Amino acid sequence: MLEAIEGSQAIARAVAMCRPDVVAAYPITPQTHIVEALSRLVAEGEMHTEFVSVESEFSAASVVLGAAATGARAYTATASQGVLLMAEVLFNISGMRVPLVMTVANRAVSAPLSIWNDHSDSMAVRDCGWIQLHCADNQEAVDTTIQAFRISQETELPVMVCMDGFVLTHTLEPIEMPDQTDIDGWLPPLEFDRRLDPSDPKSLGTLVSPDFFAEVRHSHHAAMIRALDVIETVDDDWHAMTGRRGGGLVEVAGDPEAKIGILAMGSTFGTLETGMEHAGAQAGRARLIKLRAFRPFPAAALRAACAGLEHLIVIDRAISPGLGGVVGTEVAAVLAGAPDAPRIHNHALGLGGRDIPETIYADLMTAVADPDGPAFSVFDADLTKLDPEDR
Amino acid sequence: MVGVMIEYRIHGRGGQGSVAAAYLLAATAFHAGQMCQAFPAFGAERRGAPVTAFVRTDEAPIRLRAQVRTPHFLIVQDGTLLQDPSIVAGLRPGGGMVVNTTRPGDEVAAEFGCRALTIPATELAEEVIGRPIPNTALLAAFLSVTGLFEIASLSVALRDRFSGTTLERNLALVEKVAATIRPDAWKEPADA
Repeated sequence: MLEAIEGSQAIARAVAMCRPDVVAAYPITPQTHIVEALSRLVAEGEMHTEFVSVESEFSAASVVLGAAATGARAYTATASQGVLLMAEVLFNISGMRVPLVMTVANRAVSAPLSIWNDHSDSMAVRDCGWIQLHCADNQEAVDTTIQAFRISQETELPVMVCMDGFVLTHTLEPIEMPDQTDIDGWLPPLEFDRRLDPSDPKSLGTLVSPDFFAEVRHSHHAAMIRALDVIETVDDDWHAMTGRRGGGLVEVAGDPEAKIGILAMGSTFGTLETGMEHAGAQAGRARLIKLRAFRPFPAAALRAACAGLEHLIVIDRAISPGLGGVVGTEVAAVLAGAPDAPRIHNHALGLGGRDIPETIYADLMTAVADPDGPAFSVFDADLTKLDPEDR
Repeated sequence: MVGVMIEYRIHGRGGQGSVAAAYLLAATAFHAGQMCQAFPAFGAERRGAPVTAFVRTDEAPIRLRAQVRTPHFLIVQDGTLLQDPSIVAGLRPGGGMVVNTTRPGDEVAAEFGCRALTIPATELAEEVIGRPIPNTALLAAFLSVTGLFEIASLSVALRDRFSGTTLERNLALVEKVAATIRPDAWKEPADA
């Protein structure tokens, strides 16, 4: 049923529909509304789960790791500093290859302190071995959350569902909320063969000598690559039931014949779409590429999405100081071998919650026409605010 | 204004229900058959600090995520915020502001050079709800003066959000305000 509902409330209800056995979380802005709503659903008897209130994100991650290792369906959510405090456990969760789902309400990372949205938090744990999916709107976030439980149990890999903090979590908009009965039929019970079981003792995450460590990492990488197919087939299966797609690996909109493409992850995409509609003929039309699966990185799908482009603007919502943009660098790497690979124009923007206006589309299209434009910039930084030596 | 996206900006202070007002306005539009979007611009999250929230309504799905810079309408929940002249920044020509204040509407219209409607929403809320939360009275006044959406749609939005005595009192407040404000009862800046 279509409802006008805040993103966080919708996520909590989507999680509840997946009937997790264990939820553990520590509140942090802008994730708080999600776990508050889950806590309320439990208190009101509408959700039956072991809700564990913990004293930190490290504990939240540890609780869901332990729960998932016993074969329980487990869920947590966090943001920003919470992601970083979890970081050690996130590697353990994926290294032990236990299925669970976490929402990241994307937020900048200190210092300086910012409660506002960018992708610094999930980008900081880029290599933690989790599947990482980015949502462009709250409908995608709801659909992706439910899909994540299935992707996770089919791959035995943890899934991080990233949604822009405030921009999505605190936005009320119409969302098609699935029916519980549909989800019950669509999401089979979790059966985790390697679960910890006192009647069949085994160990997870033990010391591995150099004789086997490389093989463990190889198999983790291979499992992530295999997950590319799972992400697509789960989205197809979701489409078959709901008529909606969650975004697959990569989605393309705008003008398929355009020679200029703009690639973005997350909620920036809708602003680009609107900006293009309103920009008029002078700015021209671009091919808009929405990257949903950041890990595993969909190299083949990206090559197909970018075929025929002469210029590709890649938007990063975080910065790797001393390098530039991570998404831009990675996209450039997978396109490097392609014939007629487009020139990459990598721009970080919207850092620390800086508002991204719809005029960003026309501004990016103007910048791309400059043959002397930089390969990377913090696009919306006002350098006049800085001392000359910092510009 | 059917068929175009309408943008709204709500100004208030922490604790006055500005974000709730934004959600209620968007939900009202939704119940009137429109697409909608509402979100806050959170700053320091403390009572009394200025808070801004944004709403968009449209026939078509809303994809734009930027903050509202050129609103058609302003809703101002606290008259003291009028001390900042930039409160009307970006207000579109022909737009209007509904303000919670005891000041006369023509005075506010003249000061800011735009259509204005003023109501003593805090006093009305204290009288009917028993709490100084001005948002419902302002929304009722806003819908009455603009005629954008039926008051009945606001009632549905309130029923989704509240229950019991709180709901009954808010519905009574909406009815009371709606009965006193005529459609297009704006004070024009030229009136001054």
